[in-house]
Amino acid sequence: MILELHEKLKSRKLSSVELTRHYLKRIAADRTNSYLTVCEEESLKEATAADARIASGKDVTPLTGIPLGLKDILCTNGVRTTCASKILGDYKPPYDATSVERLKRSGAVTLGKLNMDEFAMGGSNENSAFGAVKNPVNPEYVPGGSSGGSAAAVKAGLAAATLGTDTGGSVRLPAAFTGTVGLKPTYGLVSRYGLVAFASSLDQIGPLGATTEDCAAVLSAIAGHDPLDSTSFKREPADYVALMAAERGKKLRIGVPKEYFVEGIEKAVAEKFSEARKGLEKAGHTFVEISLPHTEYSVAVYYILAVSEASSNLARFDGVRYGMRAKGDLSLTEMYSKTRALFGEEVKRRIILGTFALSAGYYDAYFKKACQVRRLISGDFSEAFKKVDAVMAPTAPSAAFRLGEKIADPLKMYLNDIFTIPVNLAGLPAISTPIGRAAQGLPIGMQFIGRHFEEPRILALSKQVEEEVYREKVDHGF
Amino acid sequence: MAKIDFSSETVMKVAHLARLELTAEETAKFSSQLTKILDYVEKLNSLDTSKVEPMTQVHDVETPLREDETRPSPGAAAILDSAPEQVFDNYKVPQVIATKGKDEA
Repeated sequence: MILELHEKLKSRKLSSVELTRHYLKRIAADRTNSYLTVCEEESLKEATAADARIASGKDVTPLTGIPLGLKDILCTNGVRTTCASKILGDYKPPYDATSVERLKRSGAVTLGKLNMDEFAMGGSNENSAFGAVKNPVNPEYVPGGSSGGSAAAVKAGLAAATLGTDTGGSVRLPAAFTGTVGLKPTYGLVSRYGLVAFASSLDQIGPLGATTEDCAAVLSAIAGHDPLDSTSFKREPADYVALMAAERGKKLRIGVPKEYFVEGIEKAVAEKFSEARKGLEKAGHTFVEISLPHTEYSVAVYYILAVSEASSNLARFDGVRYGMRAKGDLSLTEMYSKTRALFGEEVKRRIILGTFALSAGYYDAYFKKACQVRRLISGDFSEAFKKVDAVMAPTAPSAAFRLGEKIADPLKMYLNDIFTIPVNLAGLPAISTPIGRAAQGLPIGMQFIGRHFEEPRILALSKQVEEEVYREKVDHGF
Repeated sequence: MAKIDFSSETVMKVAHLARLELTAEETAKFSSQLTKILDYVEKLNSLDTSKVEPMTQVHDVETPLREDETRPSPGAAAILDSAPEQVFDNYKVPQVIATKGKDEA
């Protein structure tokens, strides 16, 4: 979609101001609750500047004049950034996240900030202080989380593409649940500077789009080393659309992990997966069964590591430097604990669990143990990638579930992440691609997992699925 | 890792460490939910990891260093502007040194 719009903008059949107005109009009529903040004035200003840039013909990039949405966990200069939490109030950061700054430098138009699970903690987008996001495909169902607004906005045509973040599946799961494409890049490929930290050893920013190519186009703008993030890898920015195209035509050995097909997987997911596999076999790829023996431990490892890192990262919300402060004649400790009571329930639960796992007497039994098993899970992939070029697996055991269905049982909700979490633990890139619809009309997704920095390969596979197996219809009202 | 009963007392103790006020309802709820979650996490004990080096980061590479040069920043005023309370270009906080009968802070 982005490259088609880019051609129209370049040939002056369409202006960025017209395009931006088109999306702003759709956002005003939105019923999915995808946006928390709409930047009407700013985006029209950016669109006007983009039109001038296109008219001058100088320094035009594929994103120049393209309206995008941002998950509300990315800092935006002068624009309210809430993390879908009450604790940040009307916090307006005095700087842009590097990924946001790079999009702006490319000439992209930023429409506004998207709803999410509070501090990216959740798999259904029901943990937002501003209300749940509804799945555009069926409003009685969740869009997945935590980047639920980012996925719903793409599906409902409220942005040409969006940025989300993926700590344990938060880009891929909502992509699968809404019938969109979502890429979780290799850990370290995209700078996390200005991303409000949840679990720093796992967090990664990634694009969501209507097509694989859209994700590649956005990735090209945001990837590459940033001196402000010491975990960002020394890599130069690259054109992922071209790199993806160069990968096409290669006949690959694709591994299917047997551990992903044992229990609890919905019939429709297994069926659509096997159709996709047949399609790719016809295209000349070879499939082999592989084993990732420690898969069953990944949820347990994740829910120790992610909450431990979160409890430490979220210590910064203390009522002193930003956001809200509890009112009244309070001692320092009271001020801290009453201010922090503004966190939502899921965030509190994770802070408690994380603080416990890091506390004296339990650190070795929980945190250290989880770090050790993390190495085993990561090692499973290293072994597998000696035999195969990529791994293909379902994104989630089921299609989207109903709003309210799992919210009372945190463990049940966590287990939904079983297929996405291992990728974050190993820091690998993965892309979720739509492969069909379940009987009740809900989208189903599947993911390709690559070696570190092999985004071009998994992008090419995803694009091949779109072209030769299944393509989810996109309607942004043009 | 011994089986943990995440009692309401444990929840309250940890909540204090995290400087997080919980309602009685939240305390009771977390006690039962976290007991269940820790029970699930027990499965890690079935693995022998005595010879496994803990993994704390993805890439085993040297931290990239950069020159320590000054560069433009938003400036103190813009940053202080985000604070709920400020005074004389500083963050304003409640009294830190405890007075008798108040808080141990």
